[in-house]
Amino acid sequence: MIEVNDIHKSFGDSEILKGISTVFEKGKTNLIIGQSGSGKTVFLKTLLGLFIPEQGSISYDGKIYSKLSPDQKSELRAEMGMVFQGSALFDSMTIAENVKFPLRMFTKQNKSEMNDRVNIVLKRVNLDDAHNKLPSEASGGMQKRVAIARAIVNQPKYLFCDEPNSGLDPRTATVIDNLIQEITQEYDITTVINTHDMNSVMEIGEKIVFLKDGIKEWEGSNKNIFKTDNEAVTNFVYSSDLFQRVQKMYLEEDQ
Amino acid sequence: MSYLHNIGQYFLMIKQIFRKPTKWSVMRHLILKDIDDLIINSIGIVSFIAFFVGGVVTIQTALNMTNPLIPKSLVGFATRQSVILEFAPTFISIIMAGKVGSFITSSIGTMRVTEQIDALEVMGINAINYLVFPKFIALMLYPFLISIAMFLGIIGGMAACFYGGFSSVDDYIAGIQMDFIPFHMVYAFIKTFVFAFLLATIPSYYGYYMKGGALEVGKASTTSFVWTSVMIILFNYILTQMLLSS
Repeated sequence: MIEVNDIHKSFGDSEILKGISTVFEKGKTNLIIGQSGSGKTVFLKTLLGLFIPEQGSISYDGKIYSKLSPDQKSELRAEMGMVFQGSALFDSMTIAENVKFPLRMFTKQNKSEMNDRVNIVLKRVNLDDAHNKLPSEASGGMQKRVAIARAIVNQPKYLFCDEPNSGLDPRTATVIDNLIQEITQEYDITTVINTHDMNSVMEIGEKIVFLKDGIKEWEGSNKNIFKTDNEAVTNFVYSSDLFQRVQKMYLEEDQ
Repeated sequence: MSYLHNIGQYFLMIKQIFRKPTKWSVMRHLILKDIDDLIINSIGIVSFIAFFVGGVVTIQTALNMTNPLIPKSLVGFATRQSVILEFAPTFISIIMAGKVGSFITSSIGTMRVTEQIDALEVMGINAINYLVFPKFIALMLYPFLISIAMFLGIIGGMAACFYGGFSSVDDYIAGIQMDFIPFHMVYAFIKTFVFAFLLATIPSYYGYYMKGGALEVGKASTTSFVWTSVMIILFNYILTQMLLSS
């Protein structure tokens, strides 16, 4: 579980995060949503420890990040997995080497143990025939699955995903969303996903935090986001015709 | 202010290179890969340039010695001094600032743009140690490259003498053995080690701290080449003043 308490983050004179507090629960897919420029990426990078907030605290299962020693911070980071928007695979390594990388860095496993673990994880993301391909030879969806495999190979406690299905076709995006949700439940980890994709919100949004201009405007789940009367949320959710029709259906069902 | 900021950040990066080392089993592979990329892959171009520039130095020297009282062996002597003292350590280093420096800046810069450096940092890895330390160690073999340049520069001069008929090979060999001062080799290799350090760290700095996209990677490579060259020339002057003017 990750507890965020009143965090503020600025760059120069511009304050990006203006006192956000929330809780991301274990075993659930927690989504951060909001329009472009709402502070989602800065919030996610602050959760990852890449940005240090000027005010407020973040605690990971009771461990307050700012009070940890550098070694403890490194240990905590080894418990985090991250799926970047552009996958961020190491392009000089093959897919198998990319997935093996965290094991080589942080474990004392021998070669065959590492290879076994890589095989298990690549099979889990349905990539058991792509070991020797380079990232440049893989499609966008495959790259995302490799990034997920790399993020979970070392059995992290926390999984962070920055727009995991951006640039993917709707079918592949749904596959990726479902894969993340299954892994979250299977490994019982705290997953935080940064997205502005409404399909993801509907599919896997067990906990949703809506940001607007660096402020937490609303929080809830995919079950009650269509029924909220918060104007900022409704403007965001019903910005497309499709979801306006979905709202209409919901209202008709209620009547 | 921006210059002061860059200088401060550069020295902080250098401190970070030697902190929190990457696991040796991983680092060993990185070092071997960088030796291949930075040293072995440069042997061809360095050999080619050294051989022909050595020849040109010999031709220029020979053509400018019109006084019959000057012994022909002086052509070999002048070529040796030019190649060992300046051409091999300094001129080759400027070329390497273009070849190796641009490679380092663009490869690290691309990693920055594609969030690969963020991925390393998220994993709790000291990205500066992981990326820059192997290049620093690989470039400690740079004197090997400069030795090849020295040797081939002098051989190139001999070939020019032989084929151009500017002096006999015997005179040339007598010239390259004339008044040899071993400290000149020490001076050349001290310069080489300093230039190797600059070649590893300045391009890494511009790659690591770049911001933006593909266009900025290109700009960072150009800036890194300019500043690496400027620093090589500046340190060449300082070291020459310190080591030879006594």
